[in-house]
Amino acid sequence: MTAQMERPQATETPGGESHARKWRGPGWGFLVKLALLALVNAFGMTAILSAWRAESWVILGAAVALLVIVDVVYFVKRALPLKYLVPGLAFLLIFQIFSFLYTGYVAFTNYGTGHAGSQAQAVEAALIQGERRVADSPDYPLAVVQRGGELGFAINDDGDVRVGSATEPLTEVDGAEVGQNGAPTEVPGWTVVPRAQVLADTALQEQVVGLRVPVSDDPEDGSIRTREGSTGVVYSSSLTWDPEAQTITDTETGTVYEATERGSFVSEDGERLAAGWYVNVGFDNFVRAVTDPGLAAPLLQVTLWTFAFAILSVVMPFALGLLFAIIYNDPRVRGRKILRTLFLLPYAFPAFMSALLWRGMMNSEFGVINDLFFFGADINWLQDPWLARFAALWVNLWLSYPYWMLVCTGALQALSGDTLEAAKIDGAGRWRQFRSIILPLLLVSTAPLAISSFAFSFNNFVIIYMLTGGGPNFAGSSEGLGATDLLITAIYQISGVAGGAADYGLASALSILVFLVIGAVSALAFRQTRKLEEYQ
Amino acid sequence: MRKHFGFGALAVASAAILAGCSSSPSTDSGESGGGNGEGGAEIVIWTDAEREEAIKDAAAAFEEESGATVTLVQKNFEDLRADFIAQVPTGEGPDITVGAHDWLGALVAAGVVDTIDLGDKAGEFEQVALEAMTYEGQLYALPYSLETVALLQNTALVGAEAPATWDEMIQRGLEAGTERPFVINTNAETGDAYTMYGFQTSFGAPVFVQDESGSYTTQVGMGGAAGEAFAQWLHANGSAGTGYISTTVDYDINNELFNSGQAPFTIQGPWAVSALPDVDITVNPIPSAGGQTAAPFVGVQGFYLSSQSENALLATEFLVNYLATEEAQRALYEADPRIPAYTALAEEVASDPIIAGFLASSQNGVPMPSIPEMGSVWDFWNAAQSQIINGADPVATWNQMITDLEAELAG
Repeated sequence: MTAQMERPQATETPGGESHARKWRGPGWGFLVKLALLALVNAFGMTAILSAWRAESWVILGAAVALLVIVDVVYFVKRALPLKYLVPGLAFLLIFQIFSFLYTGYVAFTNYGTGHAGSQAQAVEAALIQGERRVADSPDYPLAVVQRGGELGFAINDDGDVRVGSATEPLTEVDGAEVGQNGAPTEVPGWTVVPRAQVLADTALQEQVVGLRVPVSDDPEDGSIRTREGSTGVVYSSSLTWDPEAQTITDTETGTVYEATERGSFVSEDGERLAAGWYVNVGFDNFVRAVTDPGLAAPLLQVTLWTFAFAILSVVMPFALGLLFAIIYNDPRVRGRKILRTLFLLPYAFPAFMSALLWRGMMNSEFGVINDLFFFGADINWLQDPWLARFAALWVNLWLSYPYWMLVCTGALQALSGDTLEAAKIDGAGRWRQFRSIILPLLLVSTAPLAISSFAFSFNNFVIIYMLTGGGPNFAGSSEGLGATDLLITAIYQISGVAGGAADYGLASALSILVFLVIGAVSALAFRQTRKLEEYQ
Repeated sequence: MRKHFGFGALAVASAAILAGCSSSPSTDSGESGGGNGEGGAEIVIWTDAEREEAIKDAAAAFEEESGATVTLVQKNFEDLRADFIAQVPTGEGPDITVGAHDWLGALVAAGVVDTIDLGDKAGEFEQVALEAMTYEGQLYALPYSLETVALLQNTALVGAEAPATWDEMIQRGLEAGTERPFVINTNAETGDAYTMYGFQTSFGAPVFVQDESGSYTTQVGMGGAAGEAFAQWLHANGSAGTGYISTTVDYDINNELFNSGQAPFTIQGPWAVSALPDVDITVNPIPSAGGQTAAPFVGVQGFYLSSQSENALLATEFLVNYLATEEAQRALYEADPRIPAYTALAEEVASDPIIAGFLASSQNGVPMPSIPEMGSVWDFWNAAQSQIINGADPVATWNQMITDLEAELAG
């Protein structure tokens, strides 16, 4: 009740006073701001803490800097424009610039199949792959034992309990007791670590997994290891890692694998260990894209086709859309609204479904297109390189002309009648009106859309992937590139996400080239549209 | 802009809340792990939707007995391989993932998988499954299912008796008076060397030469006279010849033609059986086209252990003592009926004639090569087959493919 009583009074304060002057100290708005910033700070602190725990210092630094900036901006009174800009800038930084820089970084590495982790991980993998179970080794029941801070294994070898540690080979002990499953339960001089405790403690587990207890003084006899903490098996490792010399040596054959600058262990006669690590390779990926004979020729074709596809995918739908827009903008056409709605339908379907539908319809044997329109002729729409390119353009035309029809209809209706009337009075015919008045004025409003449409078509992954999958393939292309592949589908294919050998470095390098092309074309085109604006 | 900020704040707030929610269980378990030494460790398993339920049962038993936590993360099967390779080196990967055996080479080259040791349990699995999961003499995964293609025939049209040769099959198909005597998926214009492989091996042209132990070498085996003979056969049955093999057929069209009785014979895998409800199917080994036994590729699926697992003991314990059991294998079979790699179970489910047919076909089969180079092989191989079926010169196209392939493998 009191609130209702007070409200009219508040609004009755002398009118004409500006909001700024009316301000009487912190109000609800300030509290809301405080609450929101508390949330942002809580989130920021979580991010900082997890970055700290994951030891990723770059992210930690960025998170601290962002949080400080946000707090300063919103608690200092002077930075008014920044109060509006900071959220957008922060998201731009996180989602755009970070991923761009990261792509740039990957482009200069050989990250991909066989070069996936760090050198330490490659060494670890090589040692894992080189360690084999000794063929005739039985499974020994095993217990993990401890003495002071030292871990060891106690095994039951047919009733004899033997115990040892990493530095001390297995020796038989007297007076040990064995449990039901055969594993030692009590070992004099050692404390048996219950298995449940081993399994529950991650740090202990890693020590146990890493522990090798030599069977005897002779390293050739191998050593006991356990994989699940209750059985021990004799393993022998054929590879040894020398961190000083950066080499892995095969003790059986004597082969020495040296760490190379390309991120692999290679022996003198060129033999290579499976696992490598990724390293900086400079401009190699960029150079390879233009000089590798198996790659350069298909990529050149793909690039040319990408340009052709992107340009034609703007020009043709624009022309068709404009034509329909002019026809159905004429008041003499009956049922314009219904017809316009019908023409918009292709735009309403999801593009990938339309592409799949067309793929089925263009099947040379079972598709309706050959059956209905070509008297059942066997036209290989999707198997002949040129027909497949035509098919891709056709389907894209079908998908995108409604967009241009929509845009042009809007632009046509916004044209000032005065200009057209003046032209008519000056004796301009229909064609003259179209060429000198309508089209230039239309281009002013549609040119920026045409540029974005170009950029979109340049990267129109869905339609190519769904319609042709990039095929038909070029003969002898190792990356599986084909006649209708756009750069973006080629990058997808090369990156190996779909299966096959992965080369993220090359794929990233190509993405950067694509970015540069689109960036340059857009910049040039926007400069051109400024000239168009002079018409207005 | 203000609106944007509102959204941003909302997103940040909800992210903070979500982060709070997700981090609380882990801190809880961390504390209890330090406290009473129970329930501390966690293993993360990546699985696809079909297998999730079955693993859940085994995981529940494991959680109860060991006190550890098992977290199942569901992913698309197609994404598992690339994600596993990308995530394991960063430490964000799982401890265990479901996977196919032909990823093995790439996983080994990426250094993301650990070897496993089944010990005495190895004898309980089908030999071909263990071989498939073995790379350079080391076992890297617990196999659990086999899959292969076989000859599916429409019992009502051509009877249940297996044709011994391609010619006999075509003869019987023609006598059935259907639109086509036989249909095979070529993945439309992409080509499908996988489905075609049984016919190719019947000419004695394996993709890679196998050494005595059954491991594949990187020596291409499909060149020479045997490969050329296969290419000529492909050409003779393609668009320039009889037309029995056509690149207009993709997976759905193939199943539609067979299911509607327009073709009485096809080559398909067990995954397609549910798409063929209208016909009475008999499953037989693939007939020979070139005189030798037709050996299709056998694919094996199993569970890989991450090389960067922090809980390797626990994960191995789960794999060897909880998943490599008849009970767990049965649950996996029931969740997604594939031919079990667990021998006792395979014999049991072979009472189903369809499973028995695929099992018989897999016994003729060879594991699909898992070397990392296989990725580029498919691209060359499929494209060449597709071109030959479409009427390209068989010998020249085939030999060009072999040359390109050898150059790629050498480089």
